[in-house]
Amino acid sequence: MRLLAVSTSAAVAAGVVLWWGLTRPAPLAAEALAGLEGDPARGENVFNAAGCASCHTAEDAEEDGPPVLAGGRRFPSPFGTFVAPNISPHQVVGVGGWSDVELVSAIMLGVSPEGSHYFPAFPYASYGKAEMQDVVDLVSYLRTLPESDRPSEAHEVGFPFNIRRNLGLWKILFVQNDWVIGGELSAEEERGRYLAEALAHCGECHTPRNALGGFERDRWMAGAPFPAGDGRVPNITPAELSWSHGDLVEYFTSGFTPDFDTAGGAMAEVVRTLAKLPEADRAAIASYVKALPPAE
Amino acid sequence: MTRAFYLFLAAAALTGPALAQDTEDPATVAHEMRERQMQLFAYNLGPLGGMARGDIAFDGETAALHAGNIASLASVDFSPYWVEGSSNEELEDSRALPAIWENLEDVEQKRLNLVEAAQALEAAAGEGPEAFGAAFRNVGQACGGCHEDYREPDED
Ligand code: HEC
Ligand code: HEC
Ligand code: HEC
Repeated sequence: MRLLAVSTSAAVAAGVVLWWGLTRPAPLAAEALAGLEGDPARGENVFNAAGCASCHTAEDAEEDGPPVLAGGRRFPSPFGTFVAPNISPHQVVGVGGWSDVELVSAIMLGVSPEGSHYFPAFPYASYGKAEMQDVVDLVSYLRTLPESDRPSEAHEVGFPFNIRRNLGLWKILFVQNDWVIGGELSAEEERGRYLAEALAHCGECHTPRNALGGFERDRWMAGAPFPAGDGRVPNITPAELSWSHGDLVEYFTSGFTPDFDTAGGAMAEVVRTLAKLPEADRAAIASYVKALPPAE
Repeated sequence: MTRAFYLFLAAAALTGPALAQDTEDPATVAHEMRERQMQLFAYNLGPLGGMARGDIAFDGETAALHAGNIASLASVDFSPYWVEGSSNEELEDSRALPAIWENLEDVEQKRLNLVEAAQALEAAAGEGPEAFGAAFRNVGQACGGCHEDYREPDED
């Protein structure tokens, strides 16, 4: 009996140690960025492809001029409501005081400077697949943007989802750094995959998720309930979408569908940033979409 | 058959559709008319979109004509379309969001944005395909700008 009690508590203790070890947030080592120099002009392109402004500008922000990343947009989810923080270069309420490596760790690994996990409402699981050089360029661009003194708000997320440590397990289960669409791809399709899977995080809206919020990778881009609110995000695999390559490029450029309706809801915001990319990048994303395996 | 009878028939033909409309609920009619207005936009966008994509050869004159049509179509006063009771919460098939009725001034601004973008497109059509392409994108943003705030997203 005593033996059993001892071994049970040993097992529990081992479990706790394992949980503690597995869920420990690991930021990037300082050397990870050695030799990388940020180029803000290239970074602006990365910023547009990654759609940072769609989440981090205020709802009523001016559309002209450089974006003010004041935060404040709310993202309802099954786990609670997340509020986008201020990521402008303000020294106190923004991220102006963060080092490059702290910013890159946040964007690519979802780890904060204090060493805790971010919620995946921040799509770092996608950004983790980006080229380090691109993220360093992005960070140098962020530093050129206007400051906002609007303090970040707390999220409204209840127990147990508010335990950031548990997100370590989520990351182990669901963060995968390999490409979803493998196999033989042309150079253009590969560029499109990079833009779509790593930067533009199309899957965050278009791919269905399991009960724990992880992607159903075998139903990649097969459509899903809208993550923040009512409605559905459409299936964009050839199982449902028969648009031509030209139709897709036009949609990503002006927002017009083949029958001259326009992109609505959250996609309108996505199109606004895609429209700022070089034409060749929009064509590459269209090629990737055409290469998706059909999924219901 | 008397002349009077023909007159009666003609009058009936003219007033018939109006009478049929009167018996219909005004909110339903407003919703249908909104759709027709939008379809007229879409019809005129066809050739413009074809040129923007390079599916058909760029032709400045045709482009200016259709851009001008869109500007004219957008210049009508939209206020009769916003009949109370025709939002998506009150009327089946309607995709007009209740936010319209809380922000009528801003809705009007969105219409004016479209007039401006379509007029700029008409002017750009004379300047060649490059200028046309950029101006076409702005028309897309003007249409989408209103849909984004005031139209229910697609359900399927
Ligand atoms: C889909 C919405 C969304 C997008 C797109 C997005 N973010 Fe965020 N971001 C968030 C949310 C929500 C948080 C808060 C996460 C948390 O507190 O766990 C966040 C947190 C952050 C933080 C940490 C801020 C702090 O005060 O701790 C940084 C830095 C950041 N984002 C930068 C970016 C950059 C750079 C991009 C583009 C590459 C980006 N985000 C794109 C939603 C988004
Ligand atoms: C923030 C969520 C979100 C993101 C991110 C997103 N989409 Fe969408 N997408 C939507 C929604 C919502 C719609 C439906 C738009 C509508 O109702 O008009 C849509 C529509 C589309 C359509 C039109 C499909 C149809 O049947 O009408 C295509 C194509 C598309 N998205 C491709 C993409 C690609 C490629 C990306 C990445 C570059 C992307 N989307 C990123 C939410 C998103
Ligand atoms: C001032 C706001 C506004 C502007 C500007 C606007 N729309 Fe609309 N549009 C709406 C609303 C509201 C609806 C939904 C109407 C309804 O369901 O009653 C709609 C519906 C539509 C539809 C669907 C019609 C149908 O038959 O179901 C199409 C297509 C469309 N718009 C195209 C366009 C195009 C193209 C432009 C630009 C040239 C444009 N719209 C500009 C508000 C606008």
